[in-house]
Amino acid sequence: MKILVPVKRVLDYNVKVRVKSDQSGVDLANVKMSMNPFDEIAVEEATRLKEKGVATEIVAVSIGPAQAKDTIITALTIGADRGILIQTDQDVEPLAVAKLLKAVAETEKPDLIIMGKQAIDGDNNATGQMLSTLLDWPQATFASKVVVENGEAQVTREVDGGLQTLGVKLPAVITTDLRLNEPRYASLPNIMKAKKKPLETKTVADYGVDVTPRLKVLKVTEPPKRSAGKKLADAAELVANLKSAGVL
Amino acid sequence: MAALVIADHDGAHLRDTTHKTVTAALALSSDVDVLVYGEGVKTVAEAASKIAGVRKVLVAESADLKQDIAEDVAALITGLAVNYDAVAIPASASGKNFAPRIAAALDVSLLSDVIEVVDGSTFVRPIYAGNALETVQTSEAKKVLTVRTTAFKAAAEGGSASVETVTAPATKAGTRFISEEKVTSDRPELGAAKIIVSGGRALGSKEEFDAVIDPLADKLGAAVGASRAAVDAGYAPNDYQVGQTGKVVAPELYIAVGISGAIQHLAGMKDSKVIVAINKDPEAPIFSVADYGLVADYKTAIPDLMKALG
Ligand SMILES: Cc1cc2nc3c(=O)[nH]c(=O)nc-3n(C[C@H](O)[C@H](O)[C@H](O)COP(=O)(O)OP(=O)(O)OC[C@H]3O[C@@H](n4cnc5c(N)ncnc54)[C@H](O)[C@@H]3O)c2cc1C
Ligand SMILES: Nc1ncnc2c1ncn2[C@@H]1O[C@H](COP(=O)(O)O)[C@@H](O)[C@H]1O
Repeated sequence: MKILVPVKRVLDYNVKVRVKSDQSGVDLANVKMSMNPFDEIAVEEATRLKEKGVATEIVAVSIGPAQAKDTIITALTIGADRGILIQTDQDVEPLAVAKLLKAVAETEKPDLIIMGKQAIDGDNNATGQMLSTLLDWPQATFASKVVVENGEAQVTREVDGGLQTLGVKLPAVITTDLRLNEPRYASLPNIMKAKKKPLETKTVADYGVDVTPRLKVLKVTEPPKRSAGKKLADAAELVANLKSAGVL
Repeated sequence: MAALVIADHDGAHLRDTTHKTVTAALALSSDVDVLVYGEGVKTVAEAASKIAGVRKVLVAESADLKQDIAEDVAALITGLAVNYDAVAIPASASGKNFAPRIAAALDVSLLSDVIEVVDGSTFVRPIYAGNALETVQTSEAKKVLTVRTTAFKAAAEGGSASVETVTAPATKAGTRFISEEKVTSDRPELGAAKIIVSGGRALGSKEEFDAVIDPLADKLGAAVGASRAAVDAGYAPNDYQVGQTGKVVAPELYIAVGISGAIQHLAGMKDSKVIVAINKDPEAPIFSVADYGLVADYKTAIPDLMKALG
């Protein structure tokens, strides 16, 4: 069984976000970039399926600038076998990413695609569901547990009000939630090995997909700031303040 | 230009997130219809027909729709979308599950987590865990948006829309429902509560979380929330998680107990009207957004607070 794992290079989740003063976007110059945390969970899950003997090959694919190679290498370090970088300096929107991934899936013919539920830069939470629709494969989003057997993935999902378990016939698209697993740390030997694994570089044109943005970003601004209030001496003072604020 | 709002409900009751989504839709169009899907949802449809400004309520019923299988729900709405210029969906876990499918099927962008409708083609949405706001404009013929309901006022009651039945297209074979495990509670839902008491990693165990957070919530008639760390550690169920990747809430009063205030957590609660932080570390980032802070060990602060509340 072959698993495809799309991985995105994003601003590291620990970095403070700075909006550019000309309102053209968020400042990404000279800041730490990392693999989207949900995608790390996806690579980890695929790797565990391989270690269990369920999967035989894991292909990591990223759409992004030349530096997204590092993101793929991170995936290869966790356990992916080879990587595909679709190199572009353009900001590719979820629908276009889904179209590119569909094209990759049509040539790679994976049995399963595991990806993040959400990229923490755009916070769209859209690409997996779009890809499932375009491929006409079943979807199971927000996975907190995955069991693959008899040509089906049984996926426990985090939904409003609790958990839901679905069975999706393979091939299918699964998106990961935070509690699916805890990604392993990279060991030095695995980092060395990763650098020797195959990594192909492609262009958007190779897949014949139109990635022209559909949305025009008019501006990116800072949200209204909340200022720190007062520190109080004790619970009694807190209750008094909450009463006069009219919330108790 | 007509807009279709997808109702949010629990099978028996309409959630006011529906009313809020109607408000967002009314900013796009004066012809707003509401779709209620599920099984045995006639009373929900009736409630939707009473929302002021709603033209018509559509009801679709089937067992698969009740289980909220994304493929079925999206197929139904994509079919209905021919009659509409916009589809507005509350940004719940359910809505986020099927909304992108509708956009993909219509070959349009998804406008995710909209917090402001500037005009018929311009929208504001948070990115980077709400650390930036993006204003985007689209020239696409149809708009599919999920609505961050905390950013909109609920449409009033007082409407009298007609109710019409629509049939759902045949089921997809690839997905089967196996089971569900819903958390039941007598407390208000996180999304609807006026007061929320949230606990963090500091609580240390599920027993402690229940013993400290629950009584305070009950005394205040509040909903219970949690940080990711508390949920990951099993102190609270997954759907209690407040934050960038959990629920976004904006109650009148949010009380954070033993939560540090990581940006991912703040993303889910910083629009609350009044924020209280109880944390023993005076440097904890949660204090930078708190209106009232108690630098204290929760072990003494919470019993004191219970006493002070009487
Ligand atoms: C991709 C991604 C998504 C995420 N999404 C979310 C999300 O949606 N929601 C979310 O909450 N987090 C999210 N996180 C996690 C987030 O970064 C933090 O790790 C998490 O919020 C920390 O939880 P906490 O504040 O409970 O724990 P900690 O950061 O460990 O804080 C515990 C706090 O308790 C205080 N404390 C300890 N003992 C006591 C005591 N006796 N009395 C009083 N105070 C005490 C400490 O001073 C400390 O400030 C996400 C992270 C990533 C990478
Ligand atoms: N540029 C990209 N390259 C590879 N994968 C991506 C890219 N953008 C999004 N994805 C995948 O789609 C998931 C959801 O992203 P989004 O819909 O943008 O929130 C991510 O977690 C990735 O797995």
